[in-house]
Amino acid sequence: MLGPTRESNSNEHPAFAGLEEQIPPGRSLWADGLRRLRRQRLAVVCFWIVVLYLGLAGFEFAVELFDWEKPAFVRWNEIVGPSYQKPMESYEWTDEQGRSCIRRAWMGTDFMGRSTLRRTLYGAKTSITVALCASLISLAIGVPLGAAAGYFRGWIDDLIIWLISTLSTIPYLLLLMAFAVVLRDRTFWGIELRGITSVYLAMGLTSWVGICRLIRGEFIKRKESEYVLAAKATGCSNARIIFSHLLPNVFHIIIIDLSLRFVDFIHAEVILSFLGLGETDKPSWGAMIDAARAELARDVWWEMTAATVAIFLLSLSLNLLGDALRDCLDPKLRMD
Amino acid sequence: MTVYIFRRLLYTVPIVVGVLLLTFFLFSVVGGDISPQIAGKNADAQTIAEIRHEYGFDKPLFLSWDSQFVNHFRKALTFQFGRALDREKISEKILRGVGPSLSLTIPMFLGTLVLSLTLALLAAFVRGSWLDMVVVILCVAGMSIPYLSFIIYGQYFFAYKLGWFPILYMPEESLLTSLALPVVIGIIAGLGGNLRFYRTVVLDEMRSDYVRTAFAKGLSTTKVLFKHVLKNALIPIITSVVLSIPYLFLGSLLLERFFGIPGLGSLMIEAIASRDFFIINAMTFIFSLLIVVFTLLTDICYAWADPRIKLE
Repeated sequence: MLGPTRESNSNEHPAFAGLEEQIPPGRSLWADGLRRLRRQRLAVVCFWIVVLYLGLAGFEFAVELFDWEKPAFVRWNEIVGPSYQKPMESYEWTDEQGRSCIRRAWMGTDFMGRSTLRRTLYGAKTSITVALCASLISLAIGVPLGAAAGYFRGWIDDLIIWLISTLSTIPYLLLLMAFAVVLRDRTFWGIELRGITSVYLAMGLTSWVGICRLIRGEFIKRKESEYVLAAKATGCSNARIIFSHLLPNVFHIIIIDLSLRFVDFIHAEVILSFLGLGETDKPSWGAMIDAARAELARDVWWEMTAATVAIFLLSLSLNLLGDALRDCLDPKLRMD
Repeated sequence: MTVYIFRRLLYTVPIVVGVLLLTFFLFSVVGGDISPQIAGKNADAQTIAEIRHEYGFDKPLFLSWDSQFVNHFRKALTFQFGRALDREKISEKILRGVGPSLSLTIPMFLGTLVLSLTLALLAAFVRGSWLDMVVVILCVAGMSIPYLSFIIYGQYFFAYKLGWFPILYMPEESLLTSLALPVVIGIIAGLGGNLRFYRTVVLDEMRSDYVRTAFAKGLSTTKVLFKHVLKNALIPIITSVVLSIPYLFLGSLLLERFFGIPGLGSLMIEAIASRDFFIINAMTFIFSLLIVVFTLLTDICYAWADPRIKLE
């Protein structure tokens, strides 16, 4: 049996001699996607902006977690100047040691004299924590449910479809607020849901429908493909087919969806904070915009602007990066 | 056809039941007994007990004809939502809010639709050029600015600084003057996302065979775009239009809040501020029902209009 197979092996046939050097080495989906992504300069810039934001949030998080000595830009609570100091203007200020000095707040101060710049930087931590936790929760619910529905079909599919259509029948904002209101300031199994915990729980528990639907559709499509049939023929268990054959093949869809969903979470955090359902004692972009409502009438525009620019930059980068990722990783999904 | 409509109607039953189950679980099981909170901080035990009795929190959750579970279904299906925390009937509150909400959202919706559709066709006209690229980037940029910032800056500049519009909604003034600014802000804020969506729809249509044929037989670009593409692109557009009608009733939460428009969005915000679960519950059910009905209508219209949809 082995003899003829070896003889017909193309590499050893004289006609194909030397061809091996001409064929470029194969690339995986990810390597290929990355190569294409690197060619889009705008997407690369966006990628680094997102990394910068994530790094900042991670650093702020680490400083609090490990109790490091805080560098100046992390001390958002420090009073650095008079109330509502205008940005870029020098002012005289007596610091804690009683020395008077000339200072300048780059982005002004809030009503308590705290630096707007530091508060905006800290807001990155709040927003990104919320968006990250909400994404993780919605993935943890949406992906297994979508996979089970698409793979097993039958009554499991019916049940999950029923769940999906029920949830998507309720207007999203109403659903989100209902969850946020009910979960706020409650204790479940000894864990008190305070501040942002209830925010990301509400977002995560309500937003898994989209990814679930996507994964289900992909699984239905790919279930009949050759590689799944081959895996089945060799006797792979269902769990193995799902986890090591199908999921890696739809992983890029999860990444694309996540990068675009992240933006929605950041915007939703702003709205919930404004409604008084968000973080209360630490700075967040939503809380800053909420505070600015009253301040704008007194011509205090910098706090509002700082938060808006911070959100704008992050969501613009994520949006553009998400679109570029979609084009690079899944050419079939290309929009334009 | 009748069989199809009937079957489609039957499909909606589990969804309505699902919504009711979800709201029951959320507000009665997780939310639980909120009578101490309704009574306030300094209430004595007797007041709390009275309130508990009035709102039915003293009844068993399940397994009784008079349980909270059965009452939840009964209330919703007969539209008897009872009274809000401020003793006013919830149904009256909701009916009163529909008018102001619609007078804000309908012009906003139509304005966004016309403007973004026209711009989308124009963008398709110059597709692939740098102008098209600029439009796309502007759309994404518009989508990246928080909705609240649009509202706050708009109100600050046009109403407060320039004084072109009244700052708040005034019932005694004409609708035109008091609603103009929120409508304009709503249109601008929604333009980015909508334009991007319609541009995709139009460009999808541009790739079809009949467009190539039309170009091949020598028709001008204008003619192809406005006579052929627009007509065919209208199908997904009409679907999205019909499906967004229920959301028009819902009003605009943030715009209504900032301009003091007494619509359903304001009602919702009041309900959240006072943690009035009863209003949120009623609104959730009513709007889910509206969406179910409009989805049903869309499907039936499709089946009626498009012969390719099978009716078995």
